[in-house]
Amino acid sequence: MSNIVIDSNKCKACYLCIKECPKNLIRVSEKTNNLGNKVVEFNDPENKCIGCAMCATRCPDLAITEVYRG
Amino acid sequence: MTTQVFKIPDSLRKDVKYSFCPGCDHGVAVRLVAEVLDELNLKEKAILAASIGCSVTIYDFLNVDSIESPHGRAMAEATGVKRARPDKFVFTYQGDGDFASIGLAESLHAALRGEKISAICINNTTYGMTGGQLGPTTLLGQVTTTSPTGRNLEYYGYPIKIAEHIALCEGTAFSARVSLDTVANIRKAKEAIKKAFEVQIKGLGFGFVEILSTCPTNWKMTPDQAHERVRNEMMKTFVPGIYKDITNNKQAVLV
Amino acid sequence: MTQCLAEKKVLTKGNYAIAQAAILAGCECYFGYPITPQSEIGEFMSGKMQELNRAYVSAESELAAINMVIGACSTGAKAMTSSSSCAVSLMQEALSYATSDQLPVVLVSVMRGGPGLGNIYPSQGDYFQATKGGGNGDYKLIVLAPSTVQECADLTYKAFYLAHKYKNPTVLLADGLLGQMMEPVEFKDYTYPEIDNSSWALTGAKGRDGRVIRSYAPLAEDQCVFLEKLYQKYKTIEENETEWEEIGTEDADILFISFGSTSRNVKTAVKMCREKGIKAGMLRPITLYPFPNKRIKELSEKVKKVITVEVNMGQMINDVKLAVNGKVPVELINKPVGAPPAPEEILLKVEDLI
Repeated sequence: MSNIVIDSNKCKACYLCIKECPKNLIRVSEKTNNLGNKVVEFNDPENKCIGCAMCATRCPDLAITEVYRG
Repeated sequence: MTTQVFKIPDSLRKDVKYSFCPGCDHGVAVRLVAEVLDELNLKEKAILAASIGCSVTIYDFLNVDSIESPHGRAMAEATGVKRARPDKFVFTYQGDGDFASIGLAESLHAALRGEKISAICINNTTYGMTGGQLGPTTLLGQVTTTSPTGRNLEYYGYPIKIAEHIALCEGTAFSARVSLDTVANIRKAKEAIKKAFEVQIKGLGFGFVEILSTCPTNWKMTPDQAHERVRNEMMKTFVPGIYKDITNNKQAVLV
Repeated sequence: MTQCLAEKKVLTKGNYAIAQAAILAGCECYFGYPITPQSEIGEFMSGKMQELNRAYVSAESELAAINMVIGACSTGAKAMTSSSSCAVSLMQEALSYATSDQLPVVLVSVMRGGPGLGNIYPSQGDYFQATKGGGNGDYKLIVLAPSTVQECADLTYKAFYLAHKYKNPTVLLADGLLGQMMEPVEFKDYTYPEIDNSSWALTGAKGRDGRVIRSYAPLAEDQCVFLEKLYQKYKTIEENETEWEEIGTEDADILFISFGSTSRNVKTAVKMCREKGIKAGMLRPITLYPFPNKRIKELSEKVKKVITVEVNMGQMINDVKLAVNGKVPVELINKPVGAPPAPEEILLKVEDLI
């Protein structure tokens, strides 16, 4: 099963990853991190993630730390 | 079976947190450099000549031996390192101001001497660290804090096309301009960085990559709008492509 | 020239003596840009370094040259550049960085006339440039001042040793006269101990985290701690490395203070003074930093007058006055630029002054 790991403390809320996801699985959450940013969250209840790593490739702040394809 | 297709590169320091502004493409460029260092197994023999500007603290991110350089002098320091220790992998990471304005003499002469050094130059058309002034790559018409009505020829002259100039130096083995505006282009950028590193390893000459990058803060744009600007404005003057690759018979020509 | 210096004892120019001594001291890298009156150093090095398979670069500028030295030194290598006056001005930023980075840079500065382009006559107009520096921030360079061609060789050895021992840029401050004059010189064995640099040199981060050689200290507290430590080091240098020569100071009424090639004429003037019944002596600082101010202070308790002799408008006299601290009058005998004042000239002026 494909999956991504987000380190929300590194998210600077540029939201570039949201547009990048071909399956629209990343959204702005209600949570605020220690930088005061409204961070993104990964929401994939139907296991639609294909592990393309476009989000992690785009993220300029290493906030998406791991991507698994399976 | 599940395989890991992305991880934080080993050549970055543990628990690294960038100090770049939100959406700044520097972060992507540094990560690509680290990924290539990993893939070519260079971390343990790499020595970085760092520079001045937004890239000043790159040694806090890359877990390699590093020497700081005064503004514009990274290529001279890299030359010193490489000549003293030819068995090491020596590279620089500089902004356009550092590489192509204050350091242009050092950059061109390192390329002309065919120094076995690899250089990464971030082109974001402005001096970012000091608050968005006009730099050597500022586009005609671009408004900056020191070109309040836009870059005009009368006062400021033309921006420099760095990759083309470096390609014209006979000691250059590889010179390319890439962009980080899309994921596809990020992947191409990584290939170019790899090539620029490999020509050094093979002892072929100077390896150079100019990376079109964004400065959302000083451009006063969202990160998305900034990437639009790279595509719609920057690429018209700074055309991406491989300008020289002696491993592929691609020679620089004046057009 | 290369061939004649294969002999241990030769008749040669100061510039060649410096270059040959650098080779014998184990200099691995030379980076330079031509400027009169020191171009022979780069010329000699270009041939000899290639012959020995060591690094040589004809740099695009003095800015590049000194920064190449920094790069090479960051790996622990013995590296140097040589230059003169207006071109040494170009190197001041890098020297400031190198002191803060604590790198063993060796710079040979062969002084010519200034300010500006000036001329190629000998001069001591860069005493301030070498000892006070034109770079930013608090720092000091170790400065060695030879007065003979023999000393050009000996102090080049010492410059490499001190630079590496203290991880501090070190300047060999000669002048056009010494650079161009020929004298017999004997190249002794380089017997200074080799300094272990394994704890800081950049070698590639093998089995450890990446080392960073940097001066950037964004936090004021960090900069305070660093500067306190740096100045502790300078204190050690002052205690251990101050070097000078004295002649006739045991009973002197008149104390000359002079450095470099100028001190040669002063030495003769001391003799001539004594023949005329004037009890003169001379102190010649060999290290301009650290400056022999303690010894000058001691001597100022015994003499009636101190006279500095310099080929500039009076630069070292400032440091002498600080050391003498008002105990006795301090006078200046100088020539703005060119050959040092002749002994007869010095004698006439002394007779005037007393």
